[in-house]
Amino acid sequence: MEINEITQKVKQFLINEFEIEEDKIYPEANLKSDMGIDSLDFVDIVIIVEDIFGFRLNTDDLKQISTFQEFCEFIQSKTKK
Amino acid sequence: MKRVAITGLGIYSCIGTCLDQVKDSLYKGKSGIVLCEDRLQYGYKSALTGFLKEPNLKDCLDRRQRICLSQQGEYAYLSTLEALKTAGIDTDYFEKNPVGIIFGNDSSMQPIVETCKKMEQEHDTQRIGSAKVFQSINSTVSMNLSTIFKLKGVNFSLSAACASASHAIGTAAMFIRSGLQDMIICGGAQEVNLYSVMSFDALGVFSSMQQSPQKASRPFDRDRNGLVPSGGAATLVLEDMDKAKKRGAKIYGEIIGYGFSSSGGKITEANPESEVLAIENALKDSQMQLSDIDYINAHATSTQEGDKAEAMALYKVFGDKMPMVSSTKSMTGHECWMSGASEVVYSLLMMHNDFLAPNINFENPDQETSKLNLITQTCQKQTNCFMTNSFGFGGTNAVLIVKK
Repeated sequence: MEINEITQKVKQFLINEFEIEEDKIYPEANLKSDMGIDSLDFVDIVIIVEDIFGFRLNTDDLKQISTFQEFCEFIQSKTKK
Repeated sequence: MKRVAITGLGIYSCIGTCLDQVKDSLYKGKSGIVLCEDRLQYGYKSALTGFLKEPNLKDCLDRRQRICLSQQGEYAYLSTLEALKTAGIDTDYFEKNPVGIIFGNDSSMQPIVETCKKMEQEHDTQRIGSAKVFQSINSTVSMNLSTIFKLKGVNFSLSAACASASHAIGTAAMFIRSGLQDMIICGGAQEVNLYSVMSFDALGVFSSMQQSPQKASRPFDRDRNGLVPSGGAATLVLEDMDKAKKRGAKIYGEIIGYGFSSSGGKITEANPESEVLAIENALKDSQMQLSDIDYINAHATSTQEGDKAEAMALYKVFGDKMPMVSSTKSMTGHECWMSGASEVVYSLLMMHNDFLAPNINFENPDQETSKLNLITQTCQKQTNCFMTNSFGFGGTNAVLIVKK
């Protein structure tokens, strides 16, 4: 899946499911400090990512990711496999 | 020992979703009972229930706060908002003062059933998500409200079947009397979803009068044939009387008596002797005379045995000094874990508006209930002191006495 498509899909679920304001979602935005996503939210993100992209994130994966862009690139790396 | 003032009250029930609506319903003797088609389809023997509008909290709470709330937690959030408003308290007050919370709640069936269904489909706990645990554990109401309102005082839930909320209020009053806390938010909450009372229905204790829902809850009437389950939430703000007066709070009433007992008998058996003990303990605690009690909001749920036992207990205690008696469950149905708190709110609304609500559907007494001084029509009456009874499964009894 192309990175632009992944970015759009992630952005949409962050807006729709997590009620994050669109202007807070940009490539360098930190998932925790800028977007307010916490460890409990990651539990739900695992389910949504699995439903949309077809693979299971684990919480250790998420610990390595800081920004929105890194998150989208991580998903792309998994969907290429 | 400190005195315990009631400085805030709030309600979300099947006879109204705010104090004004509920006051009007009480005055008019309006029933909140309906027949729920979904319960019939699902396999309930009796599909009678109190009907509550489902809250929409999207404009009040953020996603995390909303998804962690159970149904009864949503009701309790709204009743607590109203109670805090009447108390003149805002979140700034909680920043500076360690306010506690003690709520009565004894089940949270819906999230548990939904979690089990998910597991049976997917066999994968990861797929349950992050919110179900906070909706399903019994302290769901106190844990969520303490988080939402950023409370810093005592924080727990209390489970004692249909006496949960009365014990929660009694326990909160003891904390304040002792000086351990200056202010506690307390009350009770009861879910009303499809799964909430299905195991209760199995016992065959719900009214079978499904052809006339609003006639089905008929406490103390000769032809009563079972309770009608209901729910919602009710909140009181209890406060050290001196401190309440000092901050200029409106005093809605004073908790002057808390009595309790356990019947030590069969698990569903109503026991007049133990009810007498709880009532006498509350009277002793309040230092009131029998003639000081103007009104009793009875536990009476509309079951043959339960109402008979309570009528016997009341007659044993009060004899020819019987105060006026009604069961507001005739209008609301049995609000179970919430009832001890809602019935204090209902009684306070009556006390402050100089009327007593009727025990609707009371048409004929039986041998025991004929000895009660039952209110069958709304009456204009000034009252200064009332008693509320709550008796639960397992023989847990709680009685509260409140004066103006």
